[in-house]
Amino acid sequence: MDRLFDFSDYGALLGLVHNSLVAAALLGVVGGLVGVFVQVRDMQFAVHGISELSFAGAAAALLLGGSVALGSVLGSVLAAALIGGLGVRARDRNSVIGVLMPFGLGLGVLFLSLYEGRAANKFGLLTGQIVAVDTVRLGWLVGVSIVVLAGLAVIWRPLMFVSVDPEVAAARGLPAGVLSVVFTLLLGLAVSLAVQVVGALLVLSLLVTPAAAAFRVTASPVLAPLLSTLFAVVSAVGGILLALGGSIPISPFVTTISFAIYLVCRVVSARRRRSGWGTRVQDAQLTPAPAPVR
Amino acid sequence: MTTSALSLRDAGIRFGDRVLWSGLDLELQPGEFLAVLGPNGAGKSTLLKAVLGQQPLSAGELLIGGQGPGRGSDRVGYVPQQKSMDAATPLRARDLVALGMDGHRFGLRRRTAEQRRRVADALEAVGATGYADAPLGLLSGGEQQRVRIAQALATDPSLLLCDEPLLSLDLRHQRAVADMIDRRRHEHATAVVFVTHEINPVLDLVDRVLYIAAGGHRIGAPAEVLTSETLSELYRTPVDVLNVRGRVVVVGTPDEPGGCTHHELTPEAQPAGGAA
Repeated sequence: MDRLFDFSDYGALLGLVHNSLVAAALLGVVGGLVGVFVQVRDMQFAVHGISELSFAGAAAALLLGGSVALGSVLGSVLAAALIGGLGVRARDRNSVIGVLMPFGLGLGVLFLSLYEGRAANKFGLLTGQIVAVDTVRLGWLVGVSIVVLAGLAVIWRPLMFVSVDPEVAAARGLPAGVLSVVFTLLLGLAVSLAVQVVGALLVLSLLVTPAAAAFRVTASPVLAPLLSTLFAVVSAVGGILLALGGSIPISPFVTTISFAIYLVCRVVSARRRRSGWGTRVQDAQLTPAPAPVR
Repeated sequence: MTTSALSLRDAGIRFGDRVLWSGLDLELQPGEFLAVLGPNGAGKSTLLKAVLGQQPLSAGELLIGGQGPGRGSDRVGYVPQQKSMDAATPLRARDLVALGMDGHRFGLRRRTAEQRRRVADALEAVGATGYADAPLGLLSGGEQQRVRIAQALATDPSLLLCDEPLLSLDLRHQRAVADMIDRRRHEHATAVVFVTHEINPVLDLVDRVLYIAAGGHRIGAPAEVLTSETLSELYRTPVDVLNVRGRVVVVGTPDEPGGCTHHELTPEAQPAGGAA
């Protein structure tokens, strides 16, 4: 247990990871909001696929001595463009991802094995790192976050419409293909942020789990993104705070917190469902006690 | 003379050599209920796409309230087939209706009290107030279709397009949904184009029928179009139309090799009134 937690000198450590905490909070906001659409559009697999290519990009940057942040952004955006461009339909999309993912991971492993620098850097790309965020890199993260959040704000409503109600959205003149590509690119940027904080393997814990948990407990289109954001921020920031006390990377803490939140939400939703939603007026003439259909 | 809610003049659609329909002339008056019938692939849904501005005509002219069909017009409401929604969709019934009003607008804007009132009114009009705040994914098929009608009517359109809105609903909900559409067109003079392969649930509401098949199309009152003679001509094969207890049963259409498409008890299991 001592190896896991040692909270002496905690105050001094906090000062060192100030940047990381800001980065984690930002990532929580971005991941929580993007996650809403990952869930609605059923793109969990795409998140994983993009993160592997983002990892390859970051590993290439590490090898070439370039900016890891830039490398991971380039990797994700390339993956997002391929996925968005080649696979508009869900089935095509999944096969494109299935093909890209191992290739990206393979490339990443190749670059890392050629890299002769610090081993911690290598490991960090896969499983996350705490003290890796310097001021320059924080600037990057903030910039990318602003782009993602601004983009989401612009397309939020039409994207939601197209995602849940494609026929009527098309009848209202919305361009489903364009929205899909734009969202996939925003998703790529969000993934590249997450790769730099929690590592490529565990991106799902911030881009999928919080939104999945939020959807369990609310169907409100306002409350769901807010809760999802809150869950993601708590997981990311909480993960760093816990990881500070030991030598373990931050990702197990992040994933455990987000998983625990998800479990709690499932329990809440199971209880809620038993007591029923809404106040249906019994319409004896038309509907014999409308039972919720799943 | 009033402007037609929808007018098609010598309209036609072809894909390469394949002519779906051509020479279609139709003046749909405000408040008129038109049922569009015909076998699969005859071009019923393509007709709706043309009206929605998603599919350009290959020939002729199409006007909605005297104007060309813009994409995503407020003047046209659209009700699609019922289909199951993911139980974890983060939208409530009232949110779906609201998206029908402003879901095509980019940017985040708070909905005004006026907009929220219109959403509530639209839900009230279809009797969906009781489950306005229930998650969409937890609504039954009949409830969902009511909400969809509220959504389509939220912009107060002058033309309502319905693409098989009764499919997969049980008899009682079919009746309820059809009556709702009927009330709307009487109260607000909304013209209705109702694509269906099952005429009987709406037989007594329909003013005119447009029947499209391989042999061309016919427009007229149900009693004129749904005859053995006319349908035999449209299908280019002998077809019998029977009237059984106020219901229309079509026998012998090519895509119903068994012959009879009657449906006394389970209309959703046995599509009839023409062909599946």
